[in-house]
Amino acid sequence: MSMFHRQAGRYVAVFAVDEVRVLRKVASEVVGLLTDGFDHTDPVVGRLFPAVYPEDAPGTAEFRRYTEGDLKTAKIDQAGAILAALPDEAGGEVRLDAEAAEAWLRALNDARLAMGVRLEIKDGTDLGEELDDAVAEDPGSSRVFQLSVYAYLGYLQESLLNALID
Amino acid sequence: MGGMAAPQVVPVETPDTDEVPASDRQWVTIVWDDPVNLMTYVTWVFQKLFGYSRERAEQLMLDVHHKGRAVVSTGARERMEHDASQLHAYGLWATVDRS
Repeated sequence: MSMFHRQAGRYVAVFAVDEVRVLRKVASEVVGLLTDGFDHTDPVVGRLFPAVYPEDAPGTAEFRRYTEGDLKTAKIDQAGAILAALPDEAGGEVRLDAEAAEAWLRALNDARLAMGVRLEIKDGTDLGEELDDAVAEDPGSSRVFQLSVYAYLGYLQESLLNALID
Repeated sequence: MGGMAAPQVVPVETPDTDEVPASDRQWVTIVWDDPVNLMTYVTWVFQKLFGYSRERAEQLMLDVHHKGRAVVSTGARERMEHDASQLHAYGLWATVDRS
């Protein structure tokens, strides 16, 4: 698995071809969710655009009227920052300036939030155990793949964050 | 300067957050615990958005984690809505309420 490190004021990681494919897929899925697939009744959308007044639906609707367009654009742009920085076909180096690195952090977080809702990640969920259970049930299942990707994105986000903070 | 004419130009007071009426100041932005967001990320967001020290940001993050929620900013309603929408851009689960 790849890790980000800081190099001459840039944040650099070298990705294998499989990693590039996975990142392209999850970033594209986030964009899809925010464009054609945008649906307030989808729990993932509910998590990415939380009700700002949980007890006040009209207040929340009013807030959304003013903020949702910008928020959606920001989220699409940050997922786009991942797509823009990835190598075209094969694996290769990704080199981010500070602005792109922050966009990646937010976009990786959005992708993890979306997957966390779908995978029903709870407080205290032990990812290793979840993965073992899923493998025991069916090693070729979509859940095994999704859990692995979710764990990978967390690892990648943490490595980028550490590179930014150091 | 007693006896001189009053200044012709009276500076216009532009109200800032310190001068709004108390009734408008009683709002808070709350961040709720979430099973996905990394603790280091939440701390970083608090530092980034609010300019909090690492210690203060970490304490707030721990409050969110252990108590389920924490007040991260206090002020006028519009200001809190702005903070909440910024937090949403970073993927934190933020709501606004009266304090």
